[in-house]
Amino acid sequence: MNAAAETTYRRGLNPLHGVLLAGTFVLFLAALLSDYAYLTSYQIQWSNLSSWLIAGALVCNGFAFLCGVLGLFRAGNRRRGLVYIALLVVSFVLGFINALIHAMDAWAVMPTGFILSIIVTVLALVATWIGFSNTGAKVKQ
Amino acid sequence: MRFSRRYLATPLAMALLAGTTGALADTPQFGANPDLPEPQRGLLPNMGVPEQAPWNDLKPTVPEGYTITEIASDLKIPRQTLVLPNGDILVAEGSGGHAPKLRPKDFVAGVIKAKGKTSVKGGNRLTLLRPTGDGSYEQTVFADGLDAPYGLALIDDHLYVANQGSLVRFDYEQGQTQADGPPELVTPLPSEINHHWTKAMTASPDGEYLYVGIGSNSNITERGMEAEVDRAEIWQINPETGAHRAYATGVRNPTALTFQPGTNTLWAVANERDELGPNLVPDYLTSIQDGGFYGWPYSYWGQHVDPRVKPENPDKVESAIAPDYSLASHRAPLGVAFSNPQVGGEYSDGVFIGQHGSWNRADPVGYNVVFVPFENGKPAGDPVDFVSGFLTDDGHTRGRPVGVSVAPDGSVIVADDLTNAVWRVTRDDADSTPPAPAAASDDSAAMQQSEPATPGDSAAMPDEPSTTPDESTTTPDDSAAMPEAPDDSATTPDESSTLSDEGNEVPDDPSDDAQEEPATTAT
Repeated sequence: MNAAAETTYRRGLNPLHGVLLAGTFVLFLAALLSDYAYLTSYQIQWSNLSSWLIAGALVCNGFAFLCGVLGLFRAGNRRRGLVYIALLVVSFVLGFINALIHAMDAWAVMPTGFILSIIVTVLALVATWIGFSNTGAKVKQ
Repeated sequence: MRFSRRYLATPLAMALLAGTTGALADTPQFGANPDLPEPQRGLLPNMGVPEQAPWNDLKPTVPEGYTITEIASDLKIPRQTLVLPNGDILVAEGSGGHAPKLRPKDFVAGVIKAKGKTSVKGGNRLTLLRPTGDGSYEQTVFADGLDAPYGLALIDDHLYVANQGSLVRFDYEQGQTQADGPPELVTPLPSEINHHWTKAMTASPDGEYLYVGIGSNSNITERGMEAEVDRAEIWQINPETGAHRAYATGVRNPTALTFQPGTNTLWAVANERDELGPNLVPDYLTSIQDGGFYGWPYSYWGQHVDPRVKPENPDKVESAIAPDYSLASHRAPLGVAFSNPQVGGEYSDGVFIGQHGSWNRADPVGYNVVFVPFENGKPAGDPVDFVSGFLTDDGHTRGRPVGVSVAPDGSVIVADDLTNAVWRVTRDDADSTPPAPAAASDDSAAMQQSEPATPGDSAAMPDEPSTTPDESTTTPDDSAAMPEAPDDSATTPDESSTLSDEGNEVPDDPSDDAQEEPATTAT
């Protein structure tokens, strides 16, 4: 009867939340690639770059987590929202440990730093996936 | 807050450090064969930086029968001293280094280490201390406008000063209190980055050569191998032409050099690498062999490979010489001077070593001047405290010893770059104030003001070529033919062209204290 009532619409993530979430994944991924470059070249600048990329990723990750908490009770699927937040917490903790690992000198970063970078990147990817697909979509019947 | 600043001992830090402290307590690590534990490091480096405490009415502690006096104050980061033939004392003041902060870590570490340093800006000058006759000293500025001067040496009527990026020469006449003018450049010294900026220096007994210590440009190559060209070396420099060759390589941070009296043997103290645990790697005192490679960065204490250095270099590791004598880890020796019989007692034969003190372990060590006894020209026995009492019971420190000189009259001169003072230790039974005229000079600390230095017994003053006329033959290298750094494979064989390592880029910020101390050296 009422056309509007049958419309399915999704509300996108808050743009800021979206940027922070995407930044978390992209920066962790960049750190992983940079770590790989160091691993294969011994060129220390790659390791330095990783340190900064991880620092940036942690900033994004932290704020994305805050956005997630604030948005939690508006989320469409409460359980997915909790999983999303839990993933961000784990990626932040492991990312912080990775930052400390990357503060070691020269090759002391390896191989732990590289392994952590892989894990954190995967976590951030999953969190991003869930975050962008659990946006409080409401389907009115 | 204060506690956590001192020890970084937040619960988080404690958790992260788990396994790095514990049963290590105080393994004595002195001598030729120190106990070397396995390398270890928690997620956070083990750190403890004592903050400054006032002296109030206290003074450093010296052995029974000796007295310590503050002979200069309000200096601007005094580092090394040189006793001149007429009893004047030159003090080099300044702080160098202009290493860029490359990682988030560098910002954090800079803030923490700055807590253990004076807030005074380096003087970039030489101060001359002249005895007034009543035991006190008059302070005048001998020269300023220098760039983090550190090493000092006198050869005949030339005073050589090793700035952080150049070796310069002043004309010097005995009794002079002020330089005639700006110095003449002898040669630039490697100063790119200058992570370890101090340029320690001494002159050979015959006055033929100067020896300059050039510290590494990183803790353990974390600024890249390219940055290590011409670093972690001791250069032999012709004072006339400025030509140099690498006399020894692989010495991470040679912070003080001196010749053993009556010999032609160069000795150095060096600060070894950090972040391998509170009991690694021992700083050391060693005689330096011509052409010797001492391990950095590939290995420590001989053939102990440092896993942090890639690519590896097994050949270099194989050739690495183990140092003569371990001073134990993280003490940060920055001064060395041979004793002489005038010092008296058990301190007549050996070396004094000024130890700036640790940052890379939770409980502070060093922060004193120790005496390493010698027998038959070699270290024999554990170090004993000669000047101590810098650390307070509550984990602060009142001062940090740096350069040490022994005057011909047997007084021991100690620069302190936290108190910004110079201390002088004299023997009591030698301290009969009236200047003993021309006496046999074996017991006159006070006569320094009236008598020219006794030649020949001055460990800190290898500047009397006439006293050891017989030794010029043992260094046969013709200075004119001195090849440029023959052993450049010690650091990076192939990159030397990428670095214009010369001092033309004078640091814009020589007072930046944030980078690693040689303490660190820590250096």
